[in-house]
Amino acid sequence: MKKLMLGNEAVARGAYEAGCTVAAAYPGTPSTEITENLAKYDEIYSEWSPNEKVALEVAIGASIGGARSICSMKHVGLNVAADPLFTVSYTGVNGGLVIMVADDPGMHSSQNEQDSRYYARASKVPMLEPSDSQECKDYVKYAFSISEQFDTPVIVRLTTRVSHSQSAVEVSEKENYQLKDYVKDANKYVMMPAMARRRHVEVEKRMSALSVFSNESNLNRIEEGSSDVGVITSGISYQYVKEAMPSVAVLKIGMVHPIPEKLIVEFSEKVKTLFVVEELEPFFEDQILKLGIKVIGKQKLPVMGELSAQIIAEKLLNISFETPEVSNQPVPVRPPVMCAGCPHRGMFYVLKKLKLNVSGDIGCYTLGALAPNESIDTCICMGASIGVAHGMEKARGEEFRKKTVAILGDSTFIHSGITGLIDIVYNKGNSTVLILDNSITGMTGHQQNPTTGFTIKGEPTKQVDLELLCKAVGIERVTVVDPFNVKEFEKVVKAELEANEPSVIISQRPCALLKYVKFEGSQKISQDNCKKCRMCLKIGCPAIVDKGEHLEINPTLCVGCKLCTKVCSFNAIEKVGE
Amino acid sequence: MKKLNLLIVGVGGQGTLLASRILGTVALKLNFDVKVSEVHGMSQRGGSVVTYVKFGDKIYSPLIEKGEADLIIAFEQLEALRWIDYLSKDGKMIINEQVINPMPVIIGKAKYPENIIETLNKAHQIFSLDALRIASECGTTKAVNIVLLGVMARLTGIDKEIFNQAIHEVVPAKVLEVNIKAFDEGYNYHK
Repeated sequence: MKKLMLGNEAVARGAYEAGCTVAAAYPGTPSTEITENLAKYDEIYSEWSPNEKVALEVAIGASIGGARSICSMKHVGLNVAADPLFTVSYTGVNGGLVIMVADDPGMHSSQNEQDSRYYARASKVPMLEPSDSQECKDYVKYAFSISEQFDTPVIVRLTTRVSHSQSAVEVSEKENYQLKDYVKDANKYVMMPAMARRRHVEVEKRMSALSVFSNESNLNRIEEGSSDVGVITSGISYQYVKEAMPSVAVLKIGMVHPIPEKLIVEFSEKVKTLFVVEELEPFFEDQILKLGIKVIGKQKLPVMGELSAQIIAEKLLNISFETPEVSNQPVPVRPPVMCAGCPHRGMFYVLKKLKLNVSGDIGCYTLGALAPNESIDTCICMGASIGVAHGMEKARGEEFRKKTVAILGDSTFIHSGITGLIDIVYNKGNSTVLILDNSITGMTGHQQNPTTGFTIKGEPTKQVDLELLCKAVGIERVTVVDPFNVKEFEKVVKAELEANEPSVIISQRPCALLKYVKFEGSQKISQDNCKKCRMCLKIGCPAIVDKGEHLEINPTLCVGCKLCTKVCSFNAIEKVGE
Repeated sequence: MKKLNLLIVGVGGQGTLLASRILGTVALKLNFDVKVSEVHGMSQRGGSVVTYVKFGDKIYSPLIEKGEADLIIAFEQLEALRWIDYLSKDGKMIINEQVINPMPVIIGKAKYPENIIETLNKAHQIFSLDALRIASECGTTKAVNIVLLGVMARLTGIDKEIFNQAIHEVVPAKVLEVNIKAFDEGYNYHK
């Protein structure tokens, strides 16, 4: 039976069919739906872990425990999980272990554009790369068997267009996988220097064996075509090549590490001109050049952003695509905005009013860097806001510190903010940290986390008490405040900045998109009472529109959160129908 | 119909993803190869969003590029203008007349373009309608997407019954009735 599936959904199906029983992940676009879909299978224990490092450790434990396990993350998540990755490469596995990593060329929803293929080389772990949903399912199953055959974790790399494209998938039955025996083996699983030295020898042997395998595996295949031009490619780039150059010979690489060197040499000898088409870095190209083969790649193709069929045709075949201009009017950009009713809006209103320096973090609230809030000064990586604020304080001193806050979400705080907070306490910092507790992981589309009180399957569980946690690490000043109570919020921020000790403000209000959050419905501006002072525009709500002559509220966007009524001094905003 | 390159463009939160899921289901029922490519994450927060839907004998690239779209469904006027270059020479565009101001317009840093539909009409076949009003009359403003699919079904000549089945499979039961009504209103819409 054929079903239309996202690449991510097909990955989950592949893991299910392979008999995988443990899945762990931290959400991150474009990888999130893998684990959301895994959680739908009753046979698979699934969890949102606090971060990617813990997630990979859980998957490693499950593998050593004899199960097939899977761990999923976005590209930057692999940085967090890199520590266990490099050593599980040495220990190898018991049950098959598959690590999913989703890169984001073009940075649709990311802070950098790193090419995770280098991790495979650096950690000496094989990597596969599918090019559509069917291959997502097939390659994940393949990855489990390679993992067990070669005693290695296997990374499967996706990119946004593979993760988030739906195409038809033939589904099959679940394999009856039996849990392997748990055997104590300190020489294999305890990586102290003496054991690790011996395991490193095994890793090198394994990579040699995998190089041979790569040449023989049907993961890498030649598609015959004209002998004038040959293209070496993989993943989504393969699809673009087939569209742009349908008649050329193609070497499609499914195992991107180790590359099939012999097959590449063979292929290069068949064609007059050899192109290599890959998104981001010249990962294949550098290795092909090292084989002494002349190949054209990044001298013509960009190292930034996504490729497409037109880009390939333009750059490699010199075809130009001109479209006639229909309109010469400038088209205003439409950047993402915080939703109507978003709890962060009240907080940003206050931070901007107080003209504070704000070290920011990863989440919906990063949008506070854009107009009209323009409140965030930095955004580096998950949890960085706290360390960055502390570093600023140590560099610039107490006066600067009193004008600076760190902000990060509840999930981000648990992910890797808590260690930064401990650093502030331990090293006698006085910074003020705002934890934006909106009762959910927002940006990635509403995942539970340790502060929400629910598991990935929606079961009630123990809830981390943020207030107690902060107190336990030594923060004595912890205040909980509703960001929509703007007067109180401003008072608290001012007081905490003045205090000569570290402090945490928990800005608490649930995400406006949560189903249980109910507002009273659309508001309108009374044209009689409105003095056109435009204070309401300062909150940056997408529902409030400046018509020049007057202001109005777009009734289809307004949810009725009434934040605007709190900044209006003339009682000019009222419920529709009153 | 041998193939169809369809773009759905709009503003994050307008229900473009549901529309694309219905269309993917329709394509499979018509025994086409199909790819539906969408954007999740940050841009879904009120930003400009696009979904690519491609039907055909064999689909490779999931993307539709400039000048390649046979049909564009624009959920909002400014988004219609933004994506017009993607329409092929003989392509058609369905435009929901709704206006949603982007933040640069709201804060007075940019001007919302004027006479968008008239401008686009000069170069292309445009079908515009107030789908928000029609959806609202059916019972929910959330059914804008389905009203537009109704218009699309008529323009492409794809069997209405196939759409009907796809909507039944994809749309949750409790809002099925209002969505079927919205589809019919779109299908039967005449200016």
